[in-house]
Amino acid sequence: MSNLVEIRDLHFAYGERSILSNLRMDFPRGKLIAVMGGSGCGKTTVLRLIGGQIRPQRGEVRIGGEVVHSLDTQGLYRLRRRMGMLFQFGALFTDLSVFDNVAFPLREHTDLPEELIRDLVLMKLNAVGLRNAHRLKPAEISGGMARRVAVARAVALDPELIMYDEPFAGLDPISMGVTANLIRNLNDALGSTSILVSHDVKECFAIADYVYFMSAGKIVAEGTPTELRVSTDPYVRQFVNAEPDGPVPFHYPGKTLAEDLGLGART
Amino acid sequence: MIARFLGYFGCTVREGLAGLGFAIRSFFSILRVSPGAFRRPGLISEQIHFIGNYSLVIIAVSGLFVGMVLGLQGYYTLNQYGAEQMLGQVVALSLVRELGPVVTALLFAGRAGTSLTAQIGLMKAGEQLSAMEMMAINPVQRVLAPRFWAGVIAMPVLATVFSAVGVMGGYLVGVKLIGVDEGSFWAQMQSGVDVRADVLNGVIKSFIFGIAVTFTALFQGYQAQPTPEDVSRATTRTVVIASLLVWGLNFVMTALMFNK
Amino acid sequence: MHRKTIDVWVGLFVLLGLAALLFLAFQAGNMKSMSFGQTYSVSGRFDNIGGLKPQAPVKSAGVVVGRVGEIAFDDKSFQASVRLDLDTDYKFPKDSSLKILTAGLLGEQYIGIEAGGDTNNLAEGDRIVRTQSATVLEDLINQFIYSKAADGKEGSQ
Repeated sequence: MSNLVEIRDLHFAYGERSILSNLRMDFPRGKLIAVMGGSGCGKTTVLRLIGGQIRPQRGEVRIGGEVVHSLDTQGLYRLRRRMGMLFQFGALFTDLSVFDNVAFPLREHTDLPEELIRDLVLMKLNAVGLRNAHRLKPAEISGGMARRVAVARAVALDPELIMYDEPFAGLDPISMGVTANLIRNLNDALGSTSILVSHDVKECFAIADYVYFMSAGKIVAEGTPTELRVSTDPYVRQFVNAEPDGPVPFHYPGKTLAEDLGLGART
Repeated sequence: MIARFLGYFGCTVREGLAGLGFAIRSFFSILRVSPGAFRRPGLISEQIHFIGNYSLVIIAVSGLFVGMVLGLQGYYTLNQYGAEQMLGQVVALSLVRELGPVVTALLFAGRAGTSLTAQIGLMKAGEQLSAMEMMAINPVQRVLAPRFWAGVIAMPVLATVFSAVGVMGGYLVGVKLIGVDEGSFWAQMQSGVDVRADVLNGVIKSFIFGIAVTFTALFQGYQAQPTPEDVSRATTRTVVIASLLVWGLNFVMTALMFNK
Repeated sequence: MHRKTIDVWVGLFVLLGLAALLFLAFQAGNMKSMSFGQTYSVSGRFDNIGGLKPQAPVKSAGVVVGRVGEIAFDDKSFQASVRLDLDTDYKFPKDSSLKILTAGLLGEQYIGIEAGGDTNNLAEGDRIVRTQSATVLEDLINQFIYSKAADGKEGSQ
């Protein structure tokens, strides 16, 4: 099967509020796919559906042929051992050191001896450039560094699927470049499939093989970065060119300014 | 108007019952994963250290002062009836039956309970528990259950220490300071304090309190919204709810245990 | 902190709790005087047991030789039936007598057992016939008032 993850006809809602509708996405093996869109368009929800943290109302998410939400707890945990996830601000365990954070999945899921774990952890930290920081606690390192430690932890078990939730949020340009390169190199080195949720156009377009654009829970555009740069779709254009107004309105919907200032009444 | 009030009242009751039902379900989910948690005794041991050892000083100091005050107050009253030799019995029974378990539970709720609530609340807010779930590790088994059992084990230990130190405090004040006869102090105490009916019942009480207080602290932390305000409100809720539970359970248990 | 150090502290914590428990049991409680030995039961009927409670001591010559077990009401003879659990180390003759006594003036009530002269000893299930009920305070007062009234009458005659 060439697609590791397949999403078909996915609908998800919180009570009455529809979050996702009619979603159809393919994530081929070995590729880096970006899911982009403005805040609140539902991209993080897609990740959580893939990870099985929430269940869709309709449609299915298949990973390696298995439907995620039809798995029992055991099956779900088995599936998650083949995934790595980077949470938005790292979500490191604050009571453990950097080393123990990366060692955590190894210690929990394998019976490897401590010497071997030590070598593996240091190698993972080396891949993200933080091997010499392994004794520090999360509170003692910067946000960007914490993000990189979280990447090391996410790939500790060499997962087939790596998901990144807003990995560039709040980083300075240097860290952003470092992180972007890291994501691309890890994907190629491990032969994994990576799903990148972000709204950073420059970095995503630089490393992604394919991009899905979402707005209000639907896919409005998709294609390779090259295709999207020259797209005529108004939403894509507004996003890529960072225009303040367009399909995504600047003003919060409601009354017009004239109505609010009472100007309309005078005619 | 009345219909609206009834509707509101009915809604509140329904919410309350739903909340209670959810709490009971959560309690059983902790019990369900406990066998797995016990296979990692190191985790429980670590938590006993943070919950129990770090509370030891405040509990011991409180016990000492409560015992000393009991010695003083007990003497003032008993002296009026010429019954000073009963001081030992009064101090010991008050501590072992009631003050030991109850005061320890209240102090525990304030010190260890609030720190548990804040810790769990912050872990949840920082998505640490979510991250654990995505790493195929059950956070209830890895994080909540060890803390629960640590609290349940630590509480009776702390309550017993409180009572023991309290008795010694009563001895210091009654015998050494005031001058009550040492022999009758201990003799009357020993004849009045029954190991099964009094000491053991006190231990059972503190065990039940341990379950109630620790679970309340963990539950409030887990249910808190991921904002600083709500985590801090959750710690207040822990103290209030845990204290009310302790008072209620204490009344029921005292009525059941001590009706001679 | 290293795992081992934590385990040491936790071990000390639990030991401290155990020590406190033993202190309470032995120094503050009646563990020392608790009998874990074998006991044999005998029973006795009383007209009035006063304030006698189960677990009250059974003493002979002032020494605790057993404990009061169950107290029941016999509605055939309208008397209280008290079961005594005596320590098997102590044997009493079949014609021993039981008295309900009070420790101190207003203290707890206990049973005093006085040895008789029979060559045979009490066995499990035997019933002691010679019993003396508790002195009820109200009866004493009535007696006192009555005797005072009688003295008064005599004196005035």
